[in-house]
Amino acid sequence: MAKITFDGIEVEVPDGTTILNAARQIGGSIVPPAMCYYTPLKGSGGKCRACLVRVAAGSAKDPRPMPKLVASCVTPVQDGMIVENTTSEQVMDVRKGIVEMLLINHPLDCPVCDQAGECDLQNFAYEHGVSTTRYVEERRTFEKIDIGPLIQLHMTRCILCYRCVYTADQLTDKRVHGVLGRGDAAEIGTYIENIIDNDFSGNVIDVCPVGALTDKTFRFKQRVWFTKPVNAHRDCENEKCGGRVVLWYKGKDVLRVTARKDEYGEVKEWICNTCRFDKKETADWTIEGPAHIDRSSVISANHYELPVVNPQVIADLPESSIRDLEQNPPMKLGN
Amino acid sequence: MGRKLLTEHINVEGIETLEVYRKHGGYRSVEKAIKTMTPDEVVEEVKKSGLRGRGGAGFPTGMKWSFLAKPEGVPRYLVCNADESEPGTFKDRQLMSKLPHLLIEGMITSSYALGANTSYIYIRGELLYVLRILEKAIAEAYAAGYLGKNILGSGYDLDLYVHPGGGAYICGEETALLESLEGKRGNPRNKPPFPAVQGLYARPTVVNNVESIAAVPVIVNEGGEEYAKIGVGRSTGTKLISACGHLNKPGIYEIELGLPVEEFIYSDEYCGGIWKGRELKAVVAGGSSVPILPKELILKTAAGENRLMTYESLSDGGFVTGTMLGSGGFIAMDETTCIVRNTWNFSRFYHHESCGQCSPCREGTGWLEKVLHRLEYGHGRMEDIDLLVSVAKQIEGNTICPLGEAAAWPVAAAVRHFREEFEWHVTNAKDAVQPGAVFPGKAVLV
Amino acid sequence: MEPTTAPAKPQFSEAAKAEIARICKQYPEERRKSALLPVLHIAQAEFGGWVSPEVQDLVAEVLGLAPIEVYEVSTFYTMFNLKPVGKHVLEICRTGPCMLRGSDELTAHLERITGAKVGGAPSEDGLFTLKEVECLAACGFAPIVQVREKYYEQLDTQEAVDAMLLELRNQVHRPALPWEENGLPNALANN
Ligand SMILES: Cc1cc2nc3c(=O)[nH]c(=O)nc-3n(C[C@H](O)[C@H](O)[C@H](O)COP(=O)(O)O)c2cc1C
Ligand code: SF4
Ligand code: SF4
Ligand code: FES
Ligand code: FES
Repeated sequence: MAKITFDGIEVEVPDGTTILNAARQIGGSIVPPAMCYYTPLKGSGGKCRACLVRVAAGSAKDPRPMPKLVASCVTPVQDGMIVENTTSEQVMDVRKGIVEMLLINHPLDCPVCDQAGECDLQNFAYEHGVSTTRYVEERRTFEKIDIGPLIQLHMTRCILCYRCVYTADQLTDKRVHGVLGRGDAAEIGTYIENIIDNDFSGNVIDVCPVGALTDKTFRFKQRVWFTKPVNAHRDCENEKCGGRVVLWYKGKDVLRVTARKDEYGEVKEWICNTCRFDKKETADWTIEGPAHIDRSSVISANHYELPVVNPQVIADLPESSIRDLEQNPPMKLGN
Repeated sequence: MGRKLLTEHINVEGIETLEVYRKHGGYRSVEKAIKTMTPDEVVEEVKKSGLRGRGGAGFPTGMKWSFLAKPEGVPRYLVCNADESEPGTFKDRQLMSKLPHLLIEGMITSSYALGANTSYIYIRGELLYVLRILEKAIAEAYAAGYLGKNILGSGYDLDLYVHPGGGAYICGEETALLESLEGKRGNPRNKPPFPAVQGLYARPTVVNNVESIAAVPVIVNEGGEEYAKIGVGRSTGTKLISACGHLNKPGIYEIELGLPVEEFIYSDEYCGGIWKGRELKAVVAGGSSVPILPKELILKTAAGENRLMTYESLSDGGFVTGTMLGSGGFIAMDETTCIVRNTWNFSRFYHHESCGQCSPCREGTGWLEKVLHRLEYGHGRMEDIDLLVSVAKQIEGNTICPLGEAAAWPVAAAVRHFREEFEWHVTNAKDAVQPGAVFPGKAVLV
Repeated sequence: MEPTTAPAKPQFSEAAKAEIARICKQYPEERRKSALLPVLHIAQAEFGGWVSPEVQDLVAEVLGLAPIEVYEVSTFYTMFNLKPVGKHVLEICRTGPCMLRGSDELTAHLERITGAKVGGAPSEDGLFTLKEVECLAACGFAPIVQVREKYYEQLDTQEAVDAMLLELRNQVHRPALPWEENGLPNALANN
């Protein structure tokens, strides 16, 4: 066991635990945000840098501070370590910078994005962002690619967290998509025309922190905050699928089916494509009751402004988004 | 005249063959180490020599070797970093193509010291022709019993292979290199774990630069203490300097550490001064990622002392008035050079070479390049200059691997020392975009 | 005209297969993927200087990898040409030290005399593709052009550039690689 102090709070965790998971044991607002790390996915983390924290003392044995901020999601604790997150001005400052970096090439098309309301980037920007953008260069765009009838890929929204790649690697028996190219030209794709279709491929939708991978079968496309989540299960024929899901209702219609997630947005049990894409009738399911969505979000925090990001952050929406907005005006609240 | 420990015989006819190489004392260190020394004794000599990694970071090689984990029954590896792609650096290519056996000898002696039975030379893919030279030399070494099973009857086995990259600067970063050697994209790994514990194939691994490995035979032959007598303070031995840019005699020079920078630039024994009879404007002394210094600060430190070619002297003044020895890629720029253009060029390089894994580097390198491009092509705004500094700061220190810093430092330093030239590109954009336009002002010295 | 048939699946020549087998032995049995970069180089040399999706699939098959594992790698590294190229790919270094010694001028000059454009289609005669690359580790001999495994250095005079182009124009086929018998490129032996 190792005892560490995180933002002034002591916590004891097994050796080898990461700083992030130690902080999650404490819980609450001191927990660093994570845009790429995903506990169920081996090898994930370290990429987005949203979770950087300051190690003020490395360990009891070697109490020197670490020279650079470290990614809390991949850095293991040491006994006697002292970590600063919300208590460090440097960390808060750097985090603002990370938000800015993640947004400079993002299309900011939240008003027309299916993920709005449950988007990690939106929440991250709302909580940690600055109110103006200094980016005046042209934003990056990608050619649209089709990855089949079930899953929609919007590459411009991707933050390259690699979660969907790990998911396909670790859950499905044949990965057909991956990260192609490099640098800021890197993209998620299949290279040659290919369809992402595999018993468990739909899980890439749930792990995607942004609206880059969304459910093409999401019926009658609705803003998530107009839908009602209900826990349900069924006896799934697929032995690897527990059949425990969340049904998202609008009135009597099941609009979409997702896996259940914990407060950090991590899927608790993977579900198969049959449960996700083919079982959209109440009769298919045993209803357990309303799902409690633990995750704080822009929506659950009652920030209903439209578009749903820190409004100043998108003071200067890119042309493409303005065009989309005109063709596809956001719904008025209360309808 | 300084001593040449690595390159003394570089111009000997036929030195790329084992026969001629051996005639000039080649492979003595293998005989000495394997027959008369324990592996730990070899490590000890390297420690005593004070040799510091020649790949850029300058980490003491002996110390790195002593960190190698040695769990029972688990193979460990020595991997030579021959990815040489830091702009301004071209010493390893010369060394390997002309003296292949020197590197091979160093690999054998070093592998013995580390207890590695399989070692790899990871060479950048563009140097396939050098790979052919190395493979030919390796075949000779196998035939002579220096490689393979039971080397020189000692019971020690070693296989040595050369592995080509595919065109990616980032694969010079040691964990990206290992990923690449495993047949993957060159994405640097998060550390810890460090390669000394989990490197190639998740096994303990040492990664060393070509020049570091090539220094090992001399150290074993002459003894670590003898080697440490050359140089100044903690900068021991000799260093290969790749001199390029606006010099009369660009090329590779093996210098004793401690040589004054001024002598290196102007003496006929070395670079022979600035070409076309021009004045020196600035120098990037250790490969493109180290801070650029104006003439005045590269020749003398801020305190007025002569700048020497050592790790310590070049970094005197920290990042305010100093720079780094880095990989020894010495790029000289004459008085007509446009600093903005040069900075943009380097930024484009880092933007092009970012692996794209972590957000500050992936997004930030592109941002820097775009702003610099605007400045260079006459569309700059005054606030862009501070923006550059701020974006560089947002990248620096916050990334997975040091490419982030490598991209940030050159920009920050260029603005620090040549701010007026950047401003001139905004205020006099029409003049500045003319081909061959020369900024009429001065560098900032502090 | 012959009736059109599906293009034949690419196949490595016997010599290349032997070379691939040799390379695979350099890595632990269960680490076959390590051979990917060397095998892609062989494939590019065998099949006309670029790696088509079909050729990449062949590489995947030979090494027992999923095709996406090859695509991820071929698109990461700059040496692999993913589109058809001219007979000779002129890779011009554009980085700082080469720029200081005239690489911009060299590029403009090569565009003028070959008619090809950097990053664009090959020249009309199909002989030259121009590609800008980053530092080739030859900065002291700038400016540099690499063509396959050969470096052409100090191309700062018309004569030097002419000599390079003449040499290339006179090449009937690419120089053979060490494992190719009779000094004949496999690409030819293949046909
Ligand atoms: C972006 C980047 C590029 C690098 N490129 C090289 C290189 O081309 N050659 C090299 O030897 N080291 C390079 N390094 C340094 C290596 O990571 C590593 O420190 C070095 O190979 C260790 O060898 P040494 O201790 O013998 O210097 C690079 C580092 C970074 C961060
Ligand atoms: S598509 Fe989504 S899950 Fe996949 S890398 Fe991009 S942001 Fe991450
Ligand atoms: S700093 Fe740049 S090169 Fe290094 S891992 Fe991050 S994105 Fe890749
Ligand atoms: S969550 Fe830690 S770096 Fe992304
Ligand atoms: S800059 Fe062209 S070879 Fe280094």
